[in-house]
Amino acid sequence: MECAISLKHVTKTFGSVVANKDVSLDIYKGEILSLLGENGSGKTTLLNMIAGIYYPDSGEVWVNGKPVEIRSPKDAYNLGIGMIHQHFKLVDVFTATENIALGLDRKEAFDLKEIRKKAQAICDKYHFEMDFDQKVYAMSVSQKQTLEIIKVLYRGADILILDEPTAVLTPQETEKLFRVISNMRDDGKSVVIITHKLHEVLEISDRVSILRKGEYIGTVDTKDADESILTEMMVGKKVELNIERPEPENPVKRLDVKNLSVISAEGIEVLHDINFEAYGGEILGIAGVSGNGQKELLEAIAGLQPVAAGGSVKYYSSEDGKGDAMEVIGKNPRVIRNAGIHMSFVPEDRLGMGLVGSMGMTGNMMLKDYEKGKWFLTDRKSPRNLAEQIKEELAVVTPGINTPVSRLSGGNVQKVLVGREISAAPMVLMTAYAVRGLDINTSYTIYDLLNQQKKKGVAVIYVGEDLDVLLALSDRILVLCGGRVNGIVDARKTNKEEVGLLMTKLRKEGEKSE
Amino acid sequence: MSNPVKEPFLRIVKRDEASIARKILVRIAAILFALVLDALFIFFVTGLNPLSVYVVMFQGTFGTSIRFSWAVRDLVSLLCIGIALAPAFKMKFWNIGAEGQVLMGALVTALIMVYLGGKLPGTVLFPVMIVTSIAVGAVWGLIPAFFKAKWKTNETLFTLMMNYVATSFVACAVNIMRGQASSLGKLNMGTKIGWFPQFFGQRYNINILVVVILTFAMFFYLKYTKHGYEITVVGESENTARYAGINVSRVIMRTMAISGAICGLCGLLLVCGRDQTISTSTAGGNGFTAIIVAWLAKFNTFYMALIAFLLIFLQKGAGEIASAYGLNDFASSIISGVILFCILGSEFFVNYRCIFRAGKAAKKSDEQ
Amino acid sequence: MSSLIAWIIRAIPFGTIIMYGAMGETVTEKSGNLNLGVPGIMYLGGFAGFASAYFYENSVADPIPLVSILLTLFCCIVASMLGGLIFSFLTITLRANQNVTGLALTTFGMGVANFFGVFILNGKAYSAAPMANAAYIRKIPVLSELGIAGQIVFGYGFLVYAAILLAVLLHWFLNKTRVGLNLRAVGENPATADAAGINVTKYKYLATCIGAAISGIGGLYYVLDYNSGIWATTGQIEALGWLAVALVIFTTWRPLNAIWGAYLFGTLYWLYQFLPSLMGFTVASYVTDLIQMVPYLVTIVVLIVTSLRKKKENQPPEHLGLAYFREER
Repeated sequence: MECAISLKHVTKTFGSVVANKDVSLDIYKGEILSLLGENGSGKTTLLNMIAGIYYPDSGEVWVNGKPVEIRSPKDAYNLGIGMIHQHFKLVDVFTATENIALGLDRKEAFDLKEIRKKAQAICDKYHFEMDFDQKVYAMSVSQKQTLEIIKVLYRGADILILDEPTAVLTPQETEKLFRVISNMRDDGKSVVIITHKLHEVLEISDRVSILRKGEYIGTVDTKDADESILTEMMVGKKVELNIERPEPENPVKRLDVKNLSVISAEGIEVLHDINFEAYGGEILGIAGVSGNGQKELLEAIAGLQPVAAGGSVKYYSSEDGKGDAMEVIGKNPRVIRNAGIHMSFVPEDRLGMGLVGSMGMTGNMMLKDYEKGKWFLTDRKSPRNLAEQIKEELAVVTPGINTPVSRLSGGNVQKVLVGREISAAPMVLMTAYAVRGLDINTSYTIYDLLNQQKKKGVAVIYVGEDLDVLLALSDRILVLCGGRVNGIVDARKTNKEEVGLLMTKLRKEGEKSE
Repeated sequence: MSNPVKEPFLRIVKRDEASIARKILVRIAAILFALVLDALFIFFVTGLNPLSVYVVMFQGTFGTSIRFSWAVRDLVSLLCIGIALAPAFKMKFWNIGAEGQVLMGALVTALIMVYLGGKLPGTVLFPVMIVTSIAVGAVWGLIPAFFKAKWKTNETLFTLMMNYVATSFVACAVNIMRGQASSLGKLNMGTKIGWFPQFFGQRYNINILVVVILTFAMFFYLKYTKHGYEITVVGESENTARYAGINVSRVIMRTMAISGAICGLCGLLLVCGRDQTISTSTAGGNGFTAIIVAWLAKFNTFYMALIAFLLIFLQKGAGEIASAYGLNDFASSIISGVILFCILGSEFFVNYRCIFRAGKAAKKSDEQ
Repeated sequence: MSSLIAWIIRAIPFGTIIMYGAMGETVTEKSGNLNLGVPGIMYLGGFAGFASAYFYENSVADPIPLVSILLTLFCCIVASMLGGLIFSFLTITLRANQNVTGLALTTFGMGVANFFGVFILNGKAYSAAPMANAAYIRKIPVLSELGIAGQIVFGYGFLVYAAILLAVLLHWFLNKTRVGLNLRAVGENPATADAAGINVTKYKYLATCIGAAISGIGGLYYVLDYNSGIWATTGQIEALGWLAVALVIFTTWRPLNAIWGAYLFGTLYWLYQFLPSLMGFTVASYVTDLIQMVPYLVTIVVLIVTSLRKKKENQPPEHLGLAYFREER
């Protein structure tokens, strides 16, 4: 097979963090290659070097059998390489046509009508639908992605790189995307997909290359691969998901959520009539494709999200779960937290919520209870002790407890965040994506921590991405789909297929699943 | 084998936190570089030996005790505004409106001095002036903060416009107060009511004292208090702040009220303790210079004192050169401009690292 | 009636000064650079233009008006671009904070202009370049003599019409050309522009320097036309520079709006002098001081209203005031 791109011994570091170490990789012409790896394994960084966003510290890139230097995205385009980034590179206030016209070669005349005509031809060829006069800010995620693909094709790219293209798509949209990708391969183009979803890899690609912790592990033909082989290559050893799951002991009702609806700032109903109960001493898993209301649900309970009228969240704080309940809705986040409901939400950038990047561990420990200090002063001693304790217990790797947390690696940042929330001895602990991007060992540390909390009688709500983990860790699983509760199942009795179906298909008759 | 395209000649890479030694070194180098540039400028304009010119400059601040006293007076005026701006800037709120906030504080002080001067006893007059100047400054700072907090109205441009509204008010009041006279002289010239008393033979001691106290107080406020902590969190990430239950709008408004209040107080110090009069140029551009001071000092009030001193030293020195060699005062704007450019540019060498093409080639040949 | 005409005839030249300043700043801000050094740049441009006119007139026996115009424009543009270049180098290459650098540039520009200005003044209160002034204020022949209408529409120096032409040109450039589209993308989202193969650094440098040149012409117009070709040590240009920054907001970053916006500002600025006589009453001089705040108040209102309406198209370029570093993570 002829190579479209060859990477030879490529290394890239950011400060002291090694993102890619001596990676060599071939991409053939007319194939779909999956680049598989856990979060933080260096997939995106590697391909960003092909796309001209980053420049390698050492190593070479060969395109069509010749060594090249890709110093900028423009160089990449000239070599026929187009990348569709996870965070779309589109200008919000421009129309679709203007976005396509951006940065086009000067040799062509600047005629938006002509550009539009040619773009329409691409749409017809691959069966896209696109309103070329629409502004990007008014588009849905899937429309934006389509626009990105048209943009890349318009420039005559022969090598397409897609970074986590399905993360934000519905199953139908994913299916459509895969059809398009297959068409492009049949058209002789090379397609590289960055992903960490095994079933997608098996479904769409011809070959799979695996990265682990920035290093190249190997490549297999998809026809010879199955989930266990790939997982082993991806995580290093065969994962026996051996998560402890103690039986809930004498569960008491802690939270009673009724008729909870949330309308977003854009006027979209992101949560619709949510009803469920959470008990102390159990782990309630929440499953769903990301962006189906998980964030809003947690934020609503934590007091960070305005709730539509009629919704109620009752919180039973007394030891035995009886007695008067506190109405959470309408309370200040701080009041809710002081009452014992804690949330740790790990956002995509890990720092955006919950941690202050420029502060050290000590400063970040203060975030939740800095106002407990005497008079108008902050108390610095107890947070320092807490920081030391968490550093010790969770083995946080940091030069010192006053080193800004933005300098720590992702996993360590998360340990700081989750550790802090757990340390506050909550009655209700909500965590979202607590193991996002963590290696297996650290993930297990986190699962242990959650189980400890459960044994203490804490009501744990665990929002996760990995179904296997949800099934192994939770007692019950609540499945969100399109902002609705699409089912609450017993995690011991259900299976992946059932949950997967609930995640993607609304049960109610006559409802369109979107 | 030759590559069709070469590696970029110069690449820029972000560096990990620079060592303290490097930070200090870079800044000293920047100031030295600026002094060399300024020396060249002086040499070409005057043809004088730059070294002897710098000696003359030194005289501008340290030549006589009265000059030193003036230098300290101007230093505290500038520093006071810098201190006022520190909390706002730490919160990433671009308060470009210090000039106006100072003017408003000065304006009410002057008005009270003139119109209530004879009617209230001194023990009441001063508290009234202090309270109103602080209050008016606070309100002037609060207005843009309110709109920023509620609707995210751009504060840089809002506060900038507020300066000119304040200037208009002052122009109007000065016009009324001077009546038929061609200019407004010292207020209450005969009675000296509302003037800060002299003590220890120094005219500006009260101003100095107040600003020294403020320097310590603001440092303490930002570093050790709950408010200071909230300001840091809001400045870093509003999302995180909300998540922690911090009322972001309230913090924005409260902090700007404090920032404006100190500016207002500064207005009072300028009127009672320095000028004993008011004009549209009472703040004299210090509101803008102080922004640079606050920014370069990274909101640490003690660094601010250092940088403010450096700027005042240059200003005074330039003034001294001007009178010694028949130049003019505007030399000081040029000289401090050059210094500021150099210090601003030097930050780059603290935060980034440059890699030249030869660097990689050399590394490659090492490996082979 | 006559005072209304006088009002308009004062307002349009005043508007022209800040129109240049604002158009230049618009070009700069479209690239994502918030240059608060506009007043400094207008000082540099105005002074360089005046100085070249002054020396030309005083060293050549028989100065030619056209040469004077070309020379002054050239010097003005070069000086202003140098100011823009300082700003560009510090903020784009060295990634210094834009607000602070801009303010320092304002101090510096004012310092340079007034420092060297004193040499030209040479002890006098002011000095003049009458020939250049005459060249710049030359009205359109014939048309300007066609009664009142001719006076109002055609009775100004050529830079007034050039400003209108430039506004139309900029509108076309920003909205209808490839380079304009790319430039707007750089200010909105430099990472996107970069990924599309646009040289962000080059665009930012060019936009800032060309923007500075346009702003500088505002200073030149002030000195050689509006101020009758007289240079005196002054703080007036600084106030005009800030007003130009205000006008950019008022126009919501659209050059065409700058035409009427600038004239409106001019009208508001002269409100204090003409409104009372027009309405037939007199006001105390201290009231006129208060009326001078009106343009700034209007700008504040516009600022608030646009932030209230949140219409995407009326917002500042999204990346305004921020440095771009490709490898930022």
